[in-house]
Amino acid sequence: MTDMLAYNIPFISIFVMMISAIITPLIPNKNRLPEKLSCIAIGFVGILSAYLLYSLTSGGQSLSFNFPMGHFPAPWGNELRAGPLEAVLSLVFSVAMLLSLTGNFSSTAEDIAPRRRNIFCVLVNLLTASLLALTYTNDLFTAYVFIEINTIAACAIVAVKEGPETARAALRYLVMSLVGSGLVMIAICLLYDLTGHLLMQNMHGAIQVLVATKSYMMPLTVSLALITAGLAIKSALYPFASWLPDAHGSSTNASSAILSGLVLKGHIFTIIKIFYRVFGLDVIHLLRMDTAIFILGLAAMIMGSVHALRQNNVKRMIAWSSVAQVGYIFLGVGLNTTAGIAAACLHIIVHACVKPMLFTAAGGLSNAAGHRKGLHALMGTFYVNVWAGLGLIAGACSMMGIPGFAGFASKLSLTLASFDNSAVVWALSALAASSVLNALYYVPAVIVVLTHNKDAHKNFTAHAPTLSYKVSMFVFLALNFYLGLFCVPLLRLITRGVNVL
Amino acid sequence: MLEKLLLNHYEAAAVILSGIGLTNLLLQRNLIKKIIGLNIMDTAVYLFLAAKGYVEGRAAPILIENASGGWVTSSAVYVNPVPAGLVLTGIVVSVSVTAFALALTLKLYESYGTLNIDEALLKMTQEQEEIEARIDEAEEEVLS
Amino acid sequence: MNEELRRIWQQFYDWVVGNGPRPENEVVPEEPPPDLPFAQKPKDKYSRFHEATLKERYNQWLEIHGLHLFSVLYSGLSVLTCLVIVSLLLATVAELPPFGDERNPAHNEVIRRYVEHGGHETGAQNIVAGLILDYRAFDTFGESAVLFTAAVSVLMLLGASRRNSLKDDPSPHSDGEGWDFLNRGPPALRHHVFRQDDAILRGVATLSIPVIIMMGCVVVINGHLSPGGGFSGGAILSTALILAANAYGFERVHSFFNERTFIVSSSTALMIYALSKGYSFFTGANHIHSIIPKGTVGDILSGGLILPLNICVGLIVAGTLYGFYALFSEGDM
Repeated sequence: MTDMLAYNIPFISIFVMMISAIITPLIPNKNRLPEKLSCIAIGFVGILSAYLLYSLTSGGQSLSFNFPMGHFPAPWGNELRAGPLEAVLSLVFSVAMLLSLTGNFSSTAEDIAPRRRNIFCVLVNLLTASLLALTYTNDLFTAYVFIEINTIAACAIVAVKEGPETARAALRYLVMSLVGSGLVMIAICLLYDLTGHLLMQNMHGAIQVLVATKSYMMPLTVSLALITAGLAIKSALYPFASWLPDAHGSSTNASSAILSGLVLKGHIFTIIKIFYRVFGLDVIHLLRMDTAIFILGLAAMIMGSVHALRQNNVKRMIAWSSVAQVGYIFLGVGLNTTAGIAAACLHIIVHACVKPMLFTAAGGLSNAAGHRKGLHALMGTFYVNVWAGLGLIAGACSMMGIPGFAGFASKLSLTLASFDNSAVVWALSALAASSVLNALYYVPAVIVVLTHNKDAHKNFTAHAPTLSYKVSMFVFLALNFYLGLFCVPLLRLITRGVNVL
Repeated sequence: MLEKLLLNHYEAAAVILSGIGLTNLLLQRNLIKKIIGLNIMDTAVYLFLAAKGYVEGRAAPILIENASGGWVTSSAVYVNPVPAGLVLTGIVVSVSVTAFALALTLKLYESYGTLNIDEALLKMTQEQEEIEARIDEAEEEVLS
Repeated sequence: MNEELRRIWQQFYDWVVGNGPRPENEVVPEEPPPDLPFAQKPKDKYSRFHEATLKERYNQWLEIHGLHLFSVLYSGLSVLTCLVIVSLLLATVAELPPFGDERNPAHNEVIRRYVEHGGHETGAQNIVAGLILDYRAFDTFGESAVLFTAAVSVLMLLGASRRNSLKDDPSPHSDGEGWDFLNRGPPALRHHVFRQDDAILRGVATLSIPVIIMMGCVVVINGHLSPGGGFSGGAILSTALILAANAYGFERVHSFFNERTFIVSSSTALMIYALSKGYSFFTGANHIHSIIPKGTVGDILSGGLILPLNICVGLIVAGTLYGFYALFSEGDM
């Protein structure tokens, strides 16, 4: 049995974020107090998650536990569930969220009207709370409710920057997301009708019985397909990803970092939980959903990079690269083995650390180039904002999979995991092709940034990066190297977490 | 199959309704009509859930007093209360989402004066081209 | 070979400095004139193409017919998708457990406990109220949070910026810090037409508003005894506010319910919800005795936290729905 504090951490973290969201509209909107409060709350949650991780892995008795929300035991009341994987993810989510906020502290002030800033903080807090709830929840309907909070808050932080472009992007994002939630809701209703449960473990038991007796196979397949499609739309799997570049490219840097790095991951982790905890890998294989996910993942890896190649706007380029990275994660999920899912989780973590860094770096560079986002306008900006330049270079190396950087670790584990699968040739060639394509658009970007540009240098508004920018970028870089060099213990931890998921 | 569909006629109606909603959502170019399509989809889900909770000849899940002043607590008397709770959540979510979508539509209308999504897109691309042209001009001035 | 390498380098250099791709067939000048770097040369990116090439003609055709073609294709595809989804779902529905049958999988031990023990475990006569506000209260907390999120987002989109976007704003712009509700600018772009002399509306409103408010309060307060509860009661209460705004003008409603009161009441109600339910979750999970009494089933003061939670939810819903109406019709609260 874990100790009292660790046992309560899932509940405390969700409620801390919720209460800080609720209290933010009431505090005075002066001296950027709301943002500081959010940062403190998110940092507090990060510390709690680290403690939870420590106490789950050091004890050695029980790796995971269930937390009933209220006086009633599981099938009747709501329930949370925490294991090493959930603890790692909530730690990474809160750290990346905190760094995205602090790193873009000054650009947020430029992009968002002062009146809207405290509402932005409310939305960020709600988003964090919903991500934590999605990570910890053990109940499918709770997941649906928090997916909706996540959707509204995510669309709202796109629209928080004023302008018709963001309104249109947010509307498009919202409509696509709502189609996704509609599908998820229908699927949950079907599953409830077939199993009579909303709790994931009890659903699992009922589904095993259904499969064993070969009854209701068709509704089961349809509901699995619907829930996967719905969540895939929300997590921007390739054919459904057309909303992503608009939404991530036009919003303010902090929003882009949060959306690309974290919001997508919440939905992907929900898919992983549904596959692993609700249906079980053998049923997924029986219903052929692993093959579908695998093929879509392959398509996303290639097509996301191909689209990124054609972009001239640096933020849109990074946004399309997210589509490719989501493809990597789905490739891991589609392998349908514990190793594959562990590799996918490692890639979730790597991407959650690298993508906010890239967006923060791109924001810093385009800020140095006088708010222009075209790739050519960024020429020579490395010498204006060295930290941002370093961030872009490290992020690019990581995305290409250079050894020593974070992306290498996850790509290596994906490669190793794919050897168990019969489609290993496809997986390996797609990994290779996608890495080359990544290099094709990241290397020129790096070269452009590094090219000396004496003529244009005088136009640059020489914004020295603020202290918070430097510190966040330093932490991002440190995380990147840590993940790249010391990923083996992390991967072992994740594998243990997947086993008790 | 048709027999079974007739037996599950509420669910079949719900499915057809959600199809109508989805078609509306995809086909309409007017944003307000798109949002109406979304609402039809949501309503279809409520109908589906309400039909799932129903049991022939049972009462609403509010405890009934029996002859001796106690409560009738036999589960064979009441319909399933869970779908009612789920529908309630669904309604609240749908209200919130609709309000937010309409607010975004209003913002778009204020910027472009149209509710048609194609026209708004066209106007936006034109504006963007103008902005880009202006930036190019400025750059050339700087360079020369 | 050397030539080739140089040409590739030149192309790459051009790309870096932003001249765009050169056409393949163009002859690269051996030595560019030293006084004219590449960055300056092309004033017009199409100047190299004097004649309408095949590609350009294709583009022209696409500009004229492309949108039409695309929309036809798009409509066809979407109708097809919808038909596929509907037929798939119809096939699924045909396989589902039969309608209205008591042997369906959903009628299991979960439902049995809700119905058989719901009364004494939650203290609520209305099993659905006990279900959503006690057994599955976390979902309902999330649900209220959804409403709160939407209210805050709509307020952000329509409330704050509208005033700033007005061109002829006589009041000084806010200093950007803090809420200024006194310096409110003129009403919004689509000012609600309010007729002072609408005697019928006013008369009916005067008569019906007290009744509506009473009805709303009854539905909220009896939520654990009869059909209804915070959500439905709150919706009824909000209609009273909307009717008042229409009959007496938004200004009258503003005098007691403005943006600030809305924010404060919603946040406070949600905070009470979060804290009280948080206490209940905490004690439940840690097996600590909770001090909240359940009461006797059927009494007005029963159901533990359900009655106060219903009141909180009612406040949030009433405020939010009126807020939506005011923001959409008036652009202000």
